[in-house]
Formats: sequence, C-alpha cells, structure tokens
Amino acid sequence: MDWLNAIVQGILLGGLYALFAAGLSLIFGVMRLVNIAHGDFIVLGSYLALVVVQTLGLNPFVAALIVVPVMALFGYVLQRVLLNPTLGKDLLAPLLVTFGLSIIIQNGLLTFFTADSRRVMAGGIETASVSVGPLNLGVLPLAMFATAIAVILGLEFIFTRTSLGRAFRATSDDAEIAKLMALDNRHIYAMAMALSAGIVALAGIFLAVRTNFDPSTGPMRLIFGFEAVIIGGLGSLWGTLAGGVVLGVAQTLGALIDPGYQVLAGHLVFFLILILRPRGLFPRMDG
Amino acid sequence: MKPDFTIERATRASRIAGLLSLVLIVALIAAPWWAGRANMRLLGEVYAFLALASLWNLLAGFTGLVSVGQQAFVGLGGYALFAAAIFYGVPPLLAIVLAGFVGAIVALPLAPILFRLQGAYFAIGTWVAAEVFRLVFAQVSALGGGSGTSLPAHIVTDIASTRDAREMVIYWSAMALGLGAIGVVYAILRSRAGLALTAIRDSEVASESLGIDIARTKLVLYVVTAALTTMTGALIFLQKLRISPDAAFSVNDWTAYVIFMVVIGGIGTIEGPILGTLIFFALRETLSDLGTIYLMLLGAVAILVMLKAPKGLWGLFSAATGITLFPLRRRVVSTDAH
Repeated sequence: MDWLNAIVQGILLGGLYALFAAGLSLIFGVMRLVNIAHGDFIVLGSYLALVVVQTLGLNPFVAALIVVPVMALFGYVLQRVLLNPTLGKDLLAPLLVTFGLSIIIQNGLLTFFTADSRRVMAGGIETASVSVGPLNLGVLPLAMFATAIAVILGLEFIFTRTSLGRAFRATSDDAEIAKLMALDNRHIYAMAMALSAGIVALAGIFLAVRTNFDPSTGPMRLIFGFEAVIIGGLGSLWGTLAGGVVLGVAQTLGALIDPGYQVLAGHLVFFLILILRPRGLFPRMDG
Repeated sequence: MKPDFTIERATRASRIAGLLSLVLIVALIAAPWWAGRANMRLLGEVYAFLALASLWNLLAGFTGLVSVGQQAFVGLGGYALFAAAIFYGVPPLLAIVLAGFVGAIVALPLAPILFRLQGAYFAIGTWVAAEVFRLVFAQVSALGGGSGTSLPAHIVTDIASTRDAREMVIYWSAMALGLGAIGVVYAILRSRAGLALTAIRDSEVASESLGIDIARTKLVLYVVTAALTTMTGALIFLQKLRISPDAAFSVNDWTAYVIFMVVIGGIGTIEGPILGTLIFFALRETLSDLGTIYLMLLGAVAILVMLKAPKGLWGLFSAATGITLFPLRRRVVSTDAH
C-alpha cells in the first residue's frame, strides 16, 4: 500500500518536474541554448508570486495573471539584451553568461529577501485532497500534473499550428536560411525565451505553494528539470513528461526506503538511464 | 645548405618573465621568514585557487569540456584525505598524493558516462555527479554524516610537532601544488597532447581525419585534471582541518569563484587564470564586506567580460602589447647573419 501510494505521488510530482523541464527543453530546441540560470528563474518566479500575493492579497493562482506576463517580459528583454549576443559563437559564452546570471539572481534574492525560507499560502488547496479508491490524492499535485499536460498540449499547438511555431521550427532547423526568409531571429529567440519564462513562472508558483523555498534552491530545480529532459530524451515534449514521472517516482520510492535517499535515488536513476539508454527513453527519431 | 632560420617558442617577454618568476619563487619559498601567519594562510589559499583555476581552464578553455562540477573532485580529495588519515593512519602529506590516485580512479569510469552529454548538458551532468558525491558522503556516518568531522589532533601533530613547523610544511605543499599545477598545464599544452588540443579546438573534423583520437585525448585530460583537482581538494581541507559535505562539495566555493577567476583573467590562456586569481583575491580582501553585493558584482563583471572581451583581461593586455609569458605558439626566427 505504501508502495502504491509512493508511486502515485511520484507520478504526480513528475508533473512539476515536467514543468521545470518544459521551458529548458523549449529553448534548447529552438536555439541550442542551455540556461544554467533556469532554476533560479523558477525561484525568481516563486518570489514574484510571494510579493504579488502579499501586496495585493490575491490567491496565488490568480496572481499568475500578473506573474506569468511579468516573467515572460523579463525573459524577452533578457534574451534581446544579454543572451542573443552570446549565440552562435561557441558554447562557452552562453553557458558562462547564464551561469553569471544564476549567481546574480541568487545573491540578489538573498539581498532583498534574506536567506529565510518562505512559502505562499493558497487558501487551503495545498492541504485539500480527494480519495480515489484506497488512495488520497492531493488536489495540488493533481493540479500540477494537469497543468503540465496542458502546457505540453499548448506547446504542441503553438509549434504545429501557429506561425510563431513555424518560425521556431524554421530557426531551429537552420537559423541562416530562416533569416534569408525574412525571419528576425533575434525576435524569434526572444519569443521562445518569453514563452519559456512564462512556463517557468507557472512552475515557480506551484513550487511556492507546494514547499518552502529560499534563494539557494534554484540550482536543484535546474538539475531536476535537466534530469527529466535527459531521461525522457532530448527534443520530445511527451518524453520530458515521462522523464519527470520517472524521476518523481524514483524520488518518492527512494524516500520510502530512507528520507536521505530521496534526491540521491533520482540522481542514480538518471545515471542509470544515461548508461543504458544515453538518448533517453523516448528519443526523437530524426535526432 | 644550412637553413638560416630556427623555430622558437620563447619570446623576449617570456625570458624576462622566466627570470623574474625565479626571483619571485625564491621569495615565496622564503615567505615563512618574512610573512606573518595571516599572510601565509592567505597565500596558501591563493595557491589552492591558482591550481583550481589553471586546471578548470585546461578543461574548459583548451579541451572544450566546460564543467560546473569540479567541486566533486575537490570534495572527494578532502574526504579521501580525512578517510585515509583517520581510518588507516596515513600521514596527511602522503594522503594528498594518494588522493590524486583516488581522483583518477573515480574519474576514469565517470568520464565516459558524462561524455555522453554534449556541451552545456555535459556541464550540468558534472554538477549532478558532484551532487551524488555530496549526498553519498552525507550518508557516511563514520565521517560525521551530514554535519561533517574534524581532523583529530594527533594526526595534525604528526605532520610536525610545533605549530610554526606545521604551517611551514603545509605552506610549502600548497605552493608546490599551486605552481606545480600551472607547470603541468603548461607542459601538457606544449606536448603532443597540447598540439592535438589546438587542432581539435580549431576543427574537430579535420583533426580527426589527421588521426587524432579525440575521445582519448579528452578522456586523458579529464582524468589528469580530476587527479590534480582531487589533490588540491585534499590540501584545501588539510588547511581547514574540518570537512562537511556542504563545504566539501560547494558549487560556489570551488566552481563559481574559479569560473569567475578564469573568465575575468582570460579563458584559454595560461596567464589568464593566474591574473584572474590575483584579481579575485585583491577584490575579496578589499570588498568582501559588501557580502552578497560583492558576488553580484563579480557575476556582472564576468558577464561583461564574456560579452565584450571573451579572452579576458589578459587577452586585452596581450592583444595590445603582444606580450605572452607562457608562449605556446611556435615562431620562425631568422638566424641569417647578414
């Protein structure tokens, strides 16, 4: 019974990790950029939610109407000002610039909010649950999982049905030719980063409601998102969700054995997949 | 007919720098007689970071393997030293050497797994590996688990009986390791492997077609770097006399600072990490009161350097003056007497 419960909780936790991973996967797919500050963006989103909830007295999920656009704008400007100039040269520049950004965000948050751990209250939803057969499922984890599915469906829709999605795919396939076809790569990349930051904001809000967070918790979110991406297979959105689920289940089962093994079990499964199936569980066929 | 030219690497600047650095080295060896205790400690720390920065630069700047997980080996070295000394009574100085072997043995199977990840994903992969090490050592209750442990007093007094003598021995070990690491990096870059690295950096495809085994070259460099980084870690925690998982595997202390040093000083040059380390410590000694703002400033400067002067401050200086202290390039010099 404990096992079944742990597996189900792990699957739902996987939804949150898929949200962490989706933004990471998206910008890697469009511009081959890996944002080392991705986890710190998530925590920045959590703090933004905290500020909005505290000053305006809103429910955190209503606050998303403010937090998501603000983060998206932040992503857009950041890409145009700082990240676009680093693209195309080599891998070092974007990597080190986002790494520097990560340190700046962490210490900036530390300066403004101190190292105290915070939490955002959501008026009871964080403790509410529904019973399904023998199991008690938290409403919040269910909402996280549903949001992850909705985000992936939304991304699929954007990629396959909209002109922005076509532009994303075109620049991803061949940035030079896309430019020849009169696409403005700088704008396309910034839109991708805005979209990524919007998803990050959602992830940040869920994180803030689900657990305590402090300025130093970002890197671990980056690592969980990254593990979900690699386990699932680069370039596949549904694979990323599956990767998040595998990671979540590994962690909850590890925690069942010993609370000290929770995170470690996730890392070990990640390395196991890397050894056995280096292209992930659901690799994209065209590689 | 005798050719009237030779191939040279040394430059006027490098010869003068060589002589000056000899003088400097003699002065630094004599530091225990002219520097106070606090300054010797500071110098010891500078040596450790000289080693870490030079080694990280060898990986990232010359081999294209950008790691944000070198703290894995720093921490491993610290724990290897503590375990060897506490469980097996190995003398600490010998344990530093031993730690080097431990680092190499751990890196050898780890590298092929991590190499499956490309570019920036490799970077995050190294970070995960470091996290695994941290979590594993936090489970070892014989070494204090999550809260860590101190080096027992009798082990410390075994190094030398008086405090002054002990600090001298540790100081000289740190100096040997710091300058030794720079020497090893320079020697590697001047060797066949260094030539192969330059070729790989310029074009992977072309170098492979000329018979350079890229995978093997990268593996060897990763393992050598890991071994030396582990030795440095052992030394760092011999200086600190206390270890805990969070301190040993700290990404900020052993990787973020190191990256800032190398980037600001000049990545892909031998002089850059040295200059960067000196700048870092000069700033730290004057600005560390600023706390978190100091770190934000450092991050901002690193971003600015990366965007505006990717070869760092040394790159700017070198481009303006043509001076290189550790010449890697071969030049044709005329020996024609006319």
